[in-house]
Amino acid sequence: MMLNHDILIVGGGLTGLRAAVGLCDKFNVGLISKVYPVRSHSIAAQGGINASLANNPDGRDDTWEKHAFDTIKGSDYLGDQNAIEIMCKEAPGVVYEMEHWGCPFSRFPDGTIAQRPFGGGGFPRTCFSADITGHSLLNTLYERAVYKKVKIYPEWFVIALCVDDGQCHGVIVLDMKSGKLIPVRAKVTIFGTGGYGRVYRNSTNALINTGSGIGMAYKAGVPLKDMEFVQFHPTTLIGTNILMTEGCRGEGGYLLNNKGERFMQKYAPGAMELAPRDIVSRCIMTEMEEGRGFEHPLGTYIQLDLRHLGEKKISERLPGIRSICIDFIGIDPVKEPIPIMPSQHYSMGGIDVNEKGASSVKGFYAAGECACVSVHGANRLGGNSLLDTIVFGKLTAQAIEEDLPKSKLKPKEKPLLALKKEMEKKISALSQPGGERPYKLAADLGAVMNEKVGIFRTKKELVQALDEVIKIKERYKKVSISSADLHMNFELQNALELENMLDVAHTIVLGALLREESRGAHFRRDFPKRNDKKWLKHTIAKIGKKGEPLISFKEVKITKYQPMERKY
Amino acid sequence: MIKSDFYTFKILRYDAKEPKKDPYFALYKIRVIPGLTVLGMLLRIRDEIDGTLSFRSSCRSAICGSCAMVINGKIDLACRTQVAVFETDTIILEPLPNFEVIKDLVVDMTPFWQMYEKVQPYLVRKSPEPEKEIYQSENDRKKIDQFVNCILCACCYGACPVLNRDENYAGPAALAKLQRFSADSRDERATGVLEKFNNEQGVWGCDTVFRCIDACPKDVRPTDGIVGLRKTLLKNKAKELLGVKEK
Ligand SMILES: Cc1cc2nc3c(=O)[nH]c(=O)nc-3n(C[C@H](O)[C@H](O)[C@H](O)COP(=O)(O)OP(=O)(O)OC[C@H]3O[C@@H](n4cnc5c(N)ncnc54)[C@H](O)[C@@H]3O)c2cc1C
Ligand code: SF4
Ligand code: SF4
Ligand code: FES
Repeated sequence: MMLNHDILIVGGGLTGLRAAVGLCDKFNVGLISKVYPVRSHSIAAQGGINASLANNPDGRDDTWEKHAFDTIKGSDYLGDQNAIEIMCKEAPGVVYEMEHWGCPFSRFPDGTIAQRPFGGGGFPRTCFSADITGHSLLNTLYERAVYKKVKIYPEWFVIALCVDDGQCHGVIVLDMKSGKLIPVRAKVTIFGTGGYGRVYRNSTNALINTGSGIGMAYKAGVPLKDMEFVQFHPTTLIGTNILMTEGCRGEGGYLLNNKGERFMQKYAPGAMELAPRDIVSRCIMTEMEEGRGFEHPLGTYIQLDLRHLGEKKISERLPGIRSICIDFIGIDPVKEPIPIMPSQHYSMGGIDVNEKGASSVKGFYAAGECACVSVHGANRLGGNSLLDTIVFGKLTAQAIEEDLPKSKLKPKEKPLLALKKEMEKKISALSQPGGERPYKLAADLGAVMNEKVGIFRTKKELVQALDEVIKIKERYKKVSISSADLHMNFELQNALELENMLDVAHTIVLGALLREESRGAHFRRDFPKRNDKKWLKHTIAKIGKKGEPLISFKEVKITKYQPMERKY
Repeated sequence: MIKSDFYTFKILRYDAKEPKKDPYFALYKIRVIPGLTVLGMLLRIRDEIDGTLSFRSSCRSAICGSCAMVINGKIDLACRTQVAVFETDTIILEPLPNFEVIKDLVVDMTPFWQMYEKVQPYLVRKSPEPEKEIYQSENDRKKIDQFVNCILCACCYGACPVLNRDENYAGPAALAKLQRFSADSRDERATGVLEKFNNEQGVWGCDTVFRCIDACPKDVRPTDGIVGLRKTLLKNKAKELLGVKEK
């Protein structure tokens, strides 16, 4: 059996759904997701989405140009300025569009969409729906997809991308309910498969965020970009690493060390707690390393104190945060400070695409967190990622709508059938008994990434990490799973994801080792300064003959903002 | 409080692909440390003891709605249930009721989504779109707050006694979703659209015994939605009798 679509979208998060809604009227579109779309990780976004609506009385002079400047500066000048300008210009339009489609944004007393300040933004421009903005946006887009009758294949797990002769032909899917392997042929394939947070042991990401889309694209020969740039969020709950949104600080929360000091005073006296994430995360790490953290069986922590905001504001603006704290750590933030630590949060790097979502492979597009346009450069600003997913989901759809009718793309059956055979072989090899269990390798990988490829990096540790990742890749050749069943076999799914996670990790480590400077979220203790002369460029990783990444570089696009020192 | 170092998990297992094999409880003994959730334990059981165990999960923070199941007799999300809350060191896990089982704790949610789609779960607009946002007062926004919070986890669906006897009943989540839009100041659906649910399979099917409210992990209170819809329907009826025309 072979399934055919004009356009195949992989991913039921904001990116995938936005692209589908844009294309389904004119083309035969299919959307595949390994979970029901509303279970995608976009659902967990809390704080908000940036757009220069200028609704906030303190932000009346906001413009898209100011938003663009904040984003460029936040990116530590690694973001492509043309793409950033497009995103910020589109922002108000897509936010209004989501509102018209029903998104229940919080409101100001005058009935306009409410906006709060966020880190690294000169203006209060983050639009929100209490502290469940991702939930509200994703439900709205899913509702829109239901209204538009988009053909959705839930719980279909894509296991390989088919690229042959410089062209994309489709994917191989495992239908988790029936256990069937199905080749899907399409003229155009779009990935909106999300980030790779689970490559790290401590991450705010959902358990399903393995980065398998990025890994599959890499395996198929599509280049990746800027993989060494990994965002660590400053405030995640100790133990589970569930996110405590930047909105907590946007609403006025403090960060305190064990002396009761608002230590951000020392590091970023202007922006204080609302300095960009890379900076705040490093400050917290420094406080903890220098003995000013608090001790707890779950690890060292810093306090996020909301008490002075009062019960009313906390319940109105941060109700989800309050219930997470009560459910997951038994603390009511109205009465006690929240124990937090930084942890992995966002994937700045990803599949190398342009501002139309196009990769260098014909017929293959990507957008959202799995892609790298790049609009976030070396550090993403809070509230810009939800924006990225919707804007580039939409623009990718528009570009395809224009280009597809003119193109002569003819996806072929043969390479798909060959790839299916290959996947069958791979699965049967995994089902041979006697090898190591996949979870052990995943745990080892998570530990290496956490300990050696974290907030502060050094050559010595990165060399060790590279060595260890390569060893785990070797061990992977002999992993085995308990059952050869193909239906609802989550151990099989984990084993298949793991292979992609290893490739993703390999590109992150190698990029981090080669980049001998500090920029945004990539901080090298042995090269603590930014070096524009040598390193104002994107890292490109492409798979080599033996699976190893081959690194090259690409120019950063600068329109009118020359790199300056980043001070907050 | 943790009741002992080792806990026993009794998990109901069944595979719809092997219908001849009856469902049975599998027993797993596993070490427990404070702060762990039922989902955390399930993940460890699958990793370390039995790779064939099937259950759904994604966000692990009670927002994606993947992991609803019966935990020691009560329907809840596995990810937000601490192992230590129970007065026992045995934890019994069963799949969500009112659904067919696909495998172990994974149920077939198709009927749930079908009902969801039936209520036209989207904002209906007739007026031309304004250039900027459609204004909504803070108060009007508050009216839909509880319903907006629904994570479509189906805990309520599993708990509803009416669904247990009548699978054609729309059910608490779908009706709460209908109220989410019907009560949205921006929604312009024709009043007649609600008529589809003005019957025993819709808003009048509910026994208002509030099981769904107890089961809901997000305080959505679906019954409030159902009662709200009933009021709207009665109001519309009264208007019709008085000869008031719909705009
Ligand atoms: C806790 C948290 C809070 C956040 N808060 C904010 C915020 O306030 N503001 C902001 O701007 N950003 C925020 N972010 C970031 C933002 O939420 C994400 O970057 C964004 O939602 C990603 O959307 P996406 O559509 O690209 O991917 P996702 O929503 O992750 O969706 C990926 C989709 O791909 C599918 N998929 C993946 N692999 C496969 C496969 N192999 N086969 C089939 N399907 C597959 C999945 O099923 C899923 O549907 C937050 C992130 C986290 C972790
Ligand atoms: S109150 Fe109504 S909808 Fe809720 S469980 Fe009872 S019968 Fe079902
Ligand atoms: S109403 Fe509550 S229990 Fe029902 S689906 Fe929504 S969140 Fe879950
Ligand atoms: S895993 Fe998302 S609700 Fe439990």
